[in-house]
Amino acid sequence: MSRYESLLDAAGDTPLVGLPRLSPAVPEGAPPVRLWAKLEDRNPTGSIKDRAALFMVREAERAGRLRPGDTILEPTSGNTGISLAMVAKLRGYRLVCVMPENVSTERTQLLRMYGAEIIFSPAAGGSNQAVAKAKQIAAEHPDWVMLFQYGNPDNARAHYETTGPELLRDLPTITHFVAGLGTTGTLMGTGRYLREKVPGIEVIAAEPRYGEIVYGLRNIDEGYVPELYDASVLTRRFSVGTQDAVLRTRQLVEVEGIFAGFSSGAILHAALAVAHQAVKEGIRADVAFVIADGGWKYLSTGAYGGTLAEAEEALDGQLWA
Amino acid sequence: MAIEVRIPTILRTYTGGAKSVEGAGDTLSALLTDLDSKYSGLRGRLITEQGGLHRFVNIYVNDEDVRFLGSLDAKLNDGDNVTILPAVAGGAFGFAAAAALLGRSTAPVS
Repeated sequence: MSRYESLLDAAGDTPLVGLPRLSPAVPEGAPPVRLWAKLEDRNPTGSIKDRAALFMVREAERAGRLRPGDTILEPTSGNTGISLAMVAKLRGYRLVCVMPENVSTERTQLLRMYGAEIIFSPAAGGSNQAVAKAKQIAAEHPDWVMLFQYGNPDNARAHYETTGPELLRDLPTITHFVAGLGTTGTLMGTGRYLREKVPGIEVIAAEPRYGEIVYGLRNIDEGYVPELYDASVLTRRFSVGTQDAVLRTRQLVEVEGIFAGFSSGAILHAALAVAHQAVKEGIRADVAFVIADGGWKYLSTGAYGGTLAEAEEALDGQLWA
Repeated sequence: MAIEVRIPTILRTYTGGAKSVEGAGDTLSALLTDLDSKYSGLRGRLITEQGGLHRFVNIYVNDEDVRFLGSLDAKLNDGDNVTILPAVAGGAFGFAAAAALLGRSTAPVS
């Protein structure tokens, strides 16, 4: 069935496609090791965040936290804002996004196109200013509703109820699930579901390692772990640098024809690591990983062309995932 | 036995500004003790008084989070790369704003 009552109903149920060329070769007679990509760029606004945005808004409506005409305020480095902007438009809310100024221009253009308003926080050394600005906004508008994706259980629940069941339906032989670690919603929700249903499944996080500017805290106690994060859901966690993420993103399009954003390259990097390990150990593996979004929003970075070093420089200091 | 250790900006006051230093040890715990002998005070910023890894510190051995490799008991080999990073969310600045809006502190919870 591919007819839907509205765009909102068309979220999720994304294709899972095999990657026969990127899957590692196994010796003759050895059990197969296969990579599978879940194409979350096929969601209504082009990213996996549509699932979380839809769930968070629907649950807030159900709980009476959101009423027609309300203003939603959300801190977001991009995709969640774009998803929320679309949902807000169709459900009749106003959206104000607080976002760092070092995100790509396509993101801000998309947000404005969907009707969202943007308040920028400074990229460098500016979390204190962002906090001050946010406090000011909150004081001025106590009636605005924040869904807060980092701590909202409905973010993870979206994946527990949709992404996880879809994966198991399409790949009952799944042995590994690999996704990006940001709000942690995708990994917590999908990971919990799969762990309940598939004994021994590996749940692997790929965490983007950015340029130094992003880690420019004054001290360790300014660090942050999202409230949603529960390390016991994961079995491994990889930090993936910009160069590896760019290399894998280019391989995705060159070898398998999948044009993805850089976070998906980081996720593929981790997926390949576990796939190669399975080959070495001679065990069967069906490794499903997430294509979080398409590459369109990152073209202006220039990181799809030139040398890897140039691409790394182009992305330095940007929040590429 | 040499292990390269990458130091984040906020801890470079302990390493004389060096971005990366060399240390030795067959476990992470031994490595941190070795580093502390050369860069006094560094270990204390990474380990809590209870002896565990600080909640907002992530340490990776060859790009893998040590919390899934036995934490301080994680085994190390000659030539390994160790990276120390403060824990930040992808949208860390957005988070800082969010925390302020919710009236939460960015200081350790729990």
